[in-house]
Amino acid sequence: MTRGIETALSRRAGTGGLTAVGLVLALAGPALAQGKPYAGVTIDILTRPGPVIAQRMVERGVEFTELTGAEVRVHEVPFAELFQKLLTDWATGTNSIDVGVFQSGWGVELQAAGLLENLDPYIERDDKLDLQDIAPYFREYNQKIAGSTYQLTIDGDFHMVYYRRDVLEALGLQPPTTWEEYLAVAEATNGLDHNGDGTPDYGSCIFKKRNAQSYFAVQSIAASFVQTQGTGQGIYFDLETMEPMINNEAWITAFEIYKKTGDYGPPDEVNQDIGDTRAVVQAGRCALAIDWGDIGPLSIDPSGEAIRDKMGAVMLPGSTRVLDWETGQLVDCTPEICPHAINGVNHAPFAAFGGWSGGVNAAADELTRQASYDFLSYMNQAAQSNVDVTIGWTGYNPYRNSQLENLDPWVAAGFSPEFAENYLGAIKASLNHPNMASDLRIPGAQQYTGVVLDREHSRFLAGEITAEQAVANIEEGWEEITEDFGRDEQLEIYRASLGITN
Amino acid sequence: MASAMDQGTVRPGSRIPAETAIHRPLRVRLAEWLDGQSRQLFIMPAVVLILIFSIFPLVASLVLAFSRLRLTGNMRFVGFDNFEKQIFGSEQFHFLGTFGEISVAGWVLIVAAGAAILWWLVAYARSGFTWAGFIGRLITAALGFGLAMLLGATLLSGQPFGTLGVTLFYVFVGCAFQFAIGLGLAFLCAQPIRGRTFFRVVFFLPLMITPIGVGYAFRMMADTTKGPLAPAWQWLGLGDFAWAADPWAARVFIVVGDSWQWIPFIFVVLLAALENIPRDFVEAGEVDGASRWQIFREITWPQIMPVAATVLLIRMIEAFKIVDLPNIMTSGGPGIATESMTLHAFFSWRALDLGEASAVAYLLLFVTVIVCVSFFNLVVLKRVRTA
Repeated sequence: MTRGIETALSRRAGTGGLTAVGLVLALAGPALAQGKPYAGVTIDILTRPGPVIAQRMVERGVEFTELTGAEVRVHEVPFAELFQKLLTDWATGTNSIDVGVFQSGWGVELQAAGLLENLDPYIERDDKLDLQDIAPYFREYNQKIAGSTYQLTIDGDFHMVYYRRDVLEALGLQPPTTWEEYLAVAEATNGLDHNGDGTPDYGSCIFKKRNAQSYFAVQSIAASFVQTQGTGQGIYFDLETMEPMINNEAWITAFEIYKKTGDYGPPDEVNQDIGDTRAVVQAGRCALAIDWGDIGPLSIDPSGEAIRDKMGAVMLPGSTRVLDWETGQLVDCTPEICPHAINGVNHAPFAAFGGWSGGVNAAADELTRQASYDFLSYMNQAAQSNVDVTIGWTGYNPYRNSQLENLDPWVAAGFSPEFAENYLGAIKASLNHPNMASDLRIPGAQQYTGVVLDREHSRFLAGEITAEQAVANIEEGWEEITEDFGRDEQLEIYRASLGITN
Repeated sequence: MASAMDQGTVRPGSRIPAETAIHRPLRVRLAEWLDGQSRQLFIMPAVVLILIFSIFPLVASLVLAFSRLRLTGNMRFVGFDNFEKQIFGSEQFHFLGTFGEISVAGWVLIVAAGAAILWWLVAYARSGFTWAGFIGRLITAALGFGLAMLLGATLLSGQPFGTLGVTLFYVFVGCAFQFAIGLGLAFLCAQPIRGRTFFRVVFFLPLMITPIGVGYAFRMMADTTKGPLAPAWQWLGLGDFAWAADPWAARVFIVVGDSWQWIPFIFVVLLAALENIPRDFVEAGEVDGASRWQIFREITWPQIMPVAATVLLIRMIEAFKIVDLPNIMTSGGPGIATESMTLHAFFSWRALDLGEASAVAYLLLFVTVIVCVSFFNLVVLKRVRTA
């Protein structure tokens, strides 16, 4: 019987591809799941090492297998090798991977090479996805490339600042709204005992290890110094010439602030990856931290007992001085220069990473492509994701309106109503901010930031070079990449990624 | 019809008349042909394997070193650009280091190295001169002077050096340290002491462990804040010392980890060499009243010298390729302070810059070959001849 369904599905797929209705219906409930429409199909997924991101896919994969018969195999590679492994597999025609789950910005290069499947037809046939429930930024920016949806979000990412409510209240301090205040709070809280174990703790914790994900934090600091005119302005390149906008006083200031935070952090901070820093935060040793949405759910995890109901979250701090794009110098904010400023402070919450998203290999066979899409849809659907985002270890952060508006799942998961409101409020404030800064979404994005920016900011932290040398080196490195990919092509895609269509 | 050979009229090894051969069965002729080709056929599998797994990658990476390949695009020939970028271009700081004003100490080193190399070449020219030997020494001298200039212009002038300098640090400092400790342990275990078999096994164990495991183990042990030895570090007053944030501390920790793994290799080879020294020689020295130092210098060391030089050469070749420990322990950081040339090539490959990765790999090959061939010719062969 299963074979009969599969054959029928294959035949239909071959004649028009309208298999999704039956398949999605099969996901709807146990009664329809008896058909096992994907029996014999294997979905190979490539992503970063678990448990973060990968493990929940393994668990949901077991459910998906029970529902559809498709076997889900999750392959894990180090973060720094993920894009290269995927690109090599697909570009060389090996095609051992059917689904890549990666930073959404990387999808642009894959799509430009014709390696990603256009998911629009699948979405049209999918009545379970509820596309409009996905927050506009993720739906329109994160998932789309060149006007079509090529990726489905399974994790929504923004950088935020977390603070210890109890520590700041005890000292009469307010959560920081500017980067100067961030340093002041970090200095005031550094060396105090935050977790009652009798040893001095830290004022600020930021992961700064090279060849990991540390290069996002310096962008989070730089964004509010660089971007003032809204998301369409961007923080990386000149919109007319594609010349890097990094060799200027704004980025130099951001680099120096970034390094200064190390004075109030763990001594081995430059060798700490994100997991190391989160462990320090969960141990109650950090008064401030920059991180994605994960700290919220991690604070209610058993391993985070030391910070349970003691954390607060705010949108990334801003700056009263911003970049004059003509002169490369910092100038004071005015209503004209900083139209989105609040109390004279320009904020540009950075959509760091943009979120983990899944894309389907365009070269996979048709039934596998459909099964792959259905699995991504299953992960994305509110019935699953609204639970997953409340569990800290999954690494999934909210990206649906229903996740951001409804406190009940969060309270049910263990959040106090106050912290749930505070946490979701910080995400919504970032997400809805008109000056939100978008991560880089052009071909070579991983080389621009994950290689050149990462290496130079690491050398700067190590004291090998000055901030001025770092930004000059980055400018040179970025120009080489731009020339390699083609300046005009890159400019066109960069402008499109920021929503500039003319 | 019986053939001439069947009738015993043809001697083995003599040529068979053509008209006779034609009339023999195909099976026999095929067997004879195979017999004639047996040498080539037996060696063919090895040749094919070498071609596939050794020569082809070497040629392919050479092609890549002169190309710019984008997996989603096409491949184009760029000449020496990938090499030029490393030595003179935007990656110079990465490969060679950052150049600044040369300090007095730097000039002293450069002038001293230049004078020493000149004296060495002149001395050679005055002794048994051959053109082949002179050209070989000229290549060695050029590399030696280049490295002296590099050290003078970077390290001794307060500037960070690049992956070439880091690699040489791992090779020369690491191998010297490992040789000294390995030799000492071999001497100890060669003595008639209680439990020496136990110590031999214990000292040999680290060699069995995967380098990745060694990297993680040393990263944990060196963690002064939350590793298993954190209480010990804190008791020593080093609880706030961030070894991974200090370039030299990080390099030293990597050498310590590398040494822990590779000392056993030197130990076990030298132990075997020590135990092969005829006991008569040592006893004769003792009877003649030689001190222990004299016995070592005059009897033991000359006996183990060929093996010692060879094991050091093998270890150096291996050390040039170090990649696991710096990758695991520091990811090449802080900055690029612990990044070896192999790690440099690996990071370039990971960034999909296959041309640069291949160019760095070839530069490593050049340096390794020149250093190791020089060492072999000027140290190993010389010592072997005089031993």
